[in-house]
Amino acid sequence: MNYENQEFFAPGHGMCAGCAAPIVVKWVLKLAGPNTIVVNATGCLEVATTPYPRTAWRVPWIHVAFENAAAVASGVEAAARAKGEKLNIIAFGGDGGTADIGFQALSGMVERGHNVLYVLYDNEAYMNTGIQRSSATPWGAWTTTSKVGRANPIGELRPKKPIARIIAAHNASYVATANPAIFNDFKKKVEKALQTEGAKFLHVLSSCTTGWRHDPSKTVEIMRLATDTGIFPLYEIENGDIENMRITYKPKEFKPVEEYLKMQGRFRHLLKNPEYVKKLQEDVNAWWEKYGHHYKK
Amino acid sequence: MEVITRGGVITEPGNSVENKTGSWRVFKPVINYEKCIRCLICWRYCPEPSILKIDDEETKMNTPAPKEAMKRLPVVKIDYDYCKGCGICYNECPVHAIDFVREER
Ligand SMILES: Cc1ncc(C[n+]2csc(CCOP(=O)(O)OP(=O)(O)O)c2C)c(N)n1
Ligand code: SF4
Ligand SMILES: [Mg+2]
Repeated sequence: MNYENQEFFAPGHGMCAGCAAPIVVKWVLKLAGPNTIVVNATGCLEVATTPYPRTAWRVPWIHVAFENAAAVASGVEAAARAKGEKLNIIAFGGDGGTADIGFQALSGMVERGHNVLYVLYDNEAYMNTGIQRSSATPWGAWTTTSKVGRANPIGELRPKKPIARIIAAHNASYVATANPAIFNDFKKKVEKALQTEGAKFLHVLSSCTTGWRHDPSKTVEIMRLATDTGIFPLYEIENGDIENMRITYKPKEFKPVEEYLKMQGRFRHLLKNPEYVKKLQEDVNAWWEKYGHHYKK
Repeated sequence: MEVITRGGVITEPGNSVENKTGSWRVFKPVINYEKCIRCLICWRYCPEPSILKIDDEETKMNTPAPKEAMKRLPVVKIDYDYCKGCGICYNECPVHAIDFVREER
């Protein structure tokens, strides 16, 4: 059955205008269909979609805590298995809830091979509590805990944690990075993840107008630039075979990273110093030099 | 007074629809059907979702389209009860068929 014309995520939710997370969620649910149970870590998505007594979810949904979405999803999956029910068990977590505080639970879920699709919607900081840096915050980004000023003109000083590769190293059945702005690739990966047995992990880029500091209408355009500049590469890794990772999308022509930076307030300070822009460009070039041969048409 | 349910369970799926987020809107997207090629890109990216895809024959035929043949395709319609006016549809429309105008109330 194709459920693309149905909405399992209802309007009336309180996510900011222009937030990308609902775009990710509505499509994952459309592709999964009604036979689905969702587990949601604490974060904007959970807080803003379920202010009691209202919910935007039209599929069974559970929230427990910030750190244990993967543990709860493991339990739901084990129960469904014990009852002989075939269901899509899908967990959604933010970057804080996934790469930081929920990492241990996620590591356990993947290592035990639970038949769960875990979707990280990565807005690159702890947005719901007011834009604190996480291990997924990229180098050079302003956040309220990587402030920019005379003492530190750069902002975040650590590079982004390669969470998809780390989860792949657990021998997860399927791991992919995805970007809803590169829609066909995103959709294919969600479908593939849903069809694969075992622990699946999708790392999906998700712009936050509030934390990235951009006009809400620019959400998709900026996310597209994240991949077209090479900053957020799209790849997939099956059964932990990192050596054979497959880059699934390559822009016809890479755009300069500056085009991505200049559209977001969180990076604006970097433009004052060409050295910073150059450093980021060199980081991107180095990534593609090292991994670019993994691109397969 | 509402009584909190056991475990905070909400028994009515999708009852957020009672919350009319259209009141958030400052700018309003308006579809110009003379230009709209019915590609559904706005529908794809609407985060509410408040862009509806309408597939009934009457609406498809009776809505203007730049080419007669396009009338076979589903029509997009904005549900202003929920549209927050983010402008993603306006920004993404490949043929600039969506105007973005100041909301008047
Ligand atoms: C154990 C615990 N610590 C802190 C919090 C407060 N808290 C709620 S949401 C949140 C940030 C979530 O960040 P992320 O997972 O990236 O999701 P986002 O809000 O950015 O979508 C924090 C710190 C909490 N709920 N539980
Ligand atoms: S703060 Fe950011 S992530 Fe949270 S709802 Fe708003 S735009 Fe989305
Ligand atoms: Mg976050």
